[in-house]
Amino acid sequence: MADFGFTIIKPRVIDYDSNDRRIAEYIFEREPSFRLCIECGACSATCSAGNFTRFSLREFNILLKRGENSYVKNELKKCMLCGKCTLVCPRGVNTRNVISLAQEAFIKLNGHEV
Amino acid sequence: MMEGKSVVVVGGGAAGMEAAGQLAKAGARVTIVEKESETGGHVSKWCYLFPDRRKSTEVIQYLNSQINQKNITLLTGEEVNLVEKKGGRFILTTSNGKELDADAVVLATGFDLFRSERKEEYGYGIYENVITSADLEVMFKKGEIRLTNGGVPQKIGFIHCVGSRDEKVGNLYCSKLCCVTAVKQAIEIKEFLKEARIFCFYMDMRMGGALYEELYHEAQVKHGISFIRGKVSEVSQTIDHRLVVKAEDTLAGRPLRMEIDMLVLMAGMEMSQGGKRIAQNSRIKTGENRFFLPADHHFGGNKSNVRGIYFAGACAAPMNITETISHARSAVQDVITYLSDGKQ
Repeated sequence: MADFGFTIIKPRVIDYDSNDRRIAEYIFEREPSFRLCIECGACSATCSAGNFTRFSLREFNILLKRGENSYVKNELKKCMLCGKCTLVCPRGVNTRNVISLAQEAFIKLNGHEV
Repeated sequence: MMEGKSVVVVGGGAAGMEAAGQLAKAGARVTIVEKESETGGHVSKWCYLFPDRRKSTEVIQYLNSQINQKNITLLTGEEVNLVEKKGGRFILTTSNGKELDADAVVLATGFDLFRSERKEEYGYGIYENVITSADLEVMFKKGEIRLTNGGVPQKIGFIHCVGSRDEKVGNLYCSKLCCVTAVKQAIEIKEFLKEARIFCFYMDMRMGGALYEELYHEAQVKHGISFIRGKVSEVSQTIDHRLVVKAEDTLAGRPLRMEIDMLVLMAGMEMSQGGKRIAQNSRIKTGENRFFLPADHHFGGNKSNVRGIYFAGACAAPMNITETISHARSAVQDVITYLSDGKQ
């Protein structure tokens, strides 16, 4: 296509109703403590990956809940599953399991199982 | 020592009823002046109460038993306009032109709910299915939650801080109870409508009271209620009468839009009109928040700037029922001290 020198900017709005929230629901069902997350950021503060890369588990958690799955899928790879986040979480969320379940859900989603 | 002393209690809500009951037990002759035809105030309009979901009727029963004493006189359908101190005694003028005589006065004029129409951007009174927390309690009392077209709402939103912490309506203060009320009401809706999805839009979750945080915890994990941190900027209506909510999901750092069926506005608390009138006419000091101004925030929570006039309950600041009862009791303590040595 001819380059006319302009692009279409994708809207930044979280369109809650059209987003696919199956990954989040999959996790809620298997790890109900995920619902307790209040996005305080203790996990990201202690996160080894987050200290060296742009990975933020807090941001990951909230966008996962909102169904921003393309972002989530990309970020998922950055976690090394060390589990420090789970140790510091004041709400007792099993954050490490959230990541594992997210990985599982994406695999199943590709096989249309979720 | 209170025998032969007369005290007028202005307001027959929780604070006034408790104060009157305690004063009468101490031996005073008490007159309660209540503007409505019945006592009970706001409590009687609520269905279940936070944090333990006790029926409001139980609290009303207790309060009724408090004022069921022979040295208590009840004047209903009447308001106090003016309190004057003359020669160490008080004369209260009512809306019917009556003059009441008293040795001491307890102001328990309570609060008014913020009129949500004033936040026009949320569409209360404009769009269908935008209701207030008080309207929702009426639905709970009826035992059914319905849209205006008779349908059952599937997706319900709560907006916190309507009329609280909002410079635009002149209320900088936090009404303190609306957060936990939203959590309580969200859980109740979920119990009525198992399939409903519920979203609370908040600025901060202020869960300071006993068992509030535990209720919030229960709402999240047991009932799956979603909490979105962000003040709703505006609400609009779709052609098929659904509501569109616009907010920033501040924790995601992105704007968010969502369609819902019903919106509940968590109306804040304001100084009551009756309290304001008494304050103006009788030169009783009020604070920047327009509630009565206690003489000392630490030691004089019930004292006004006039010796012999005391505050009880939410006319001095937003407070819950537990706090109101305690506040009313401490007002009574001040009245007793004042009438026994007059050196308060």
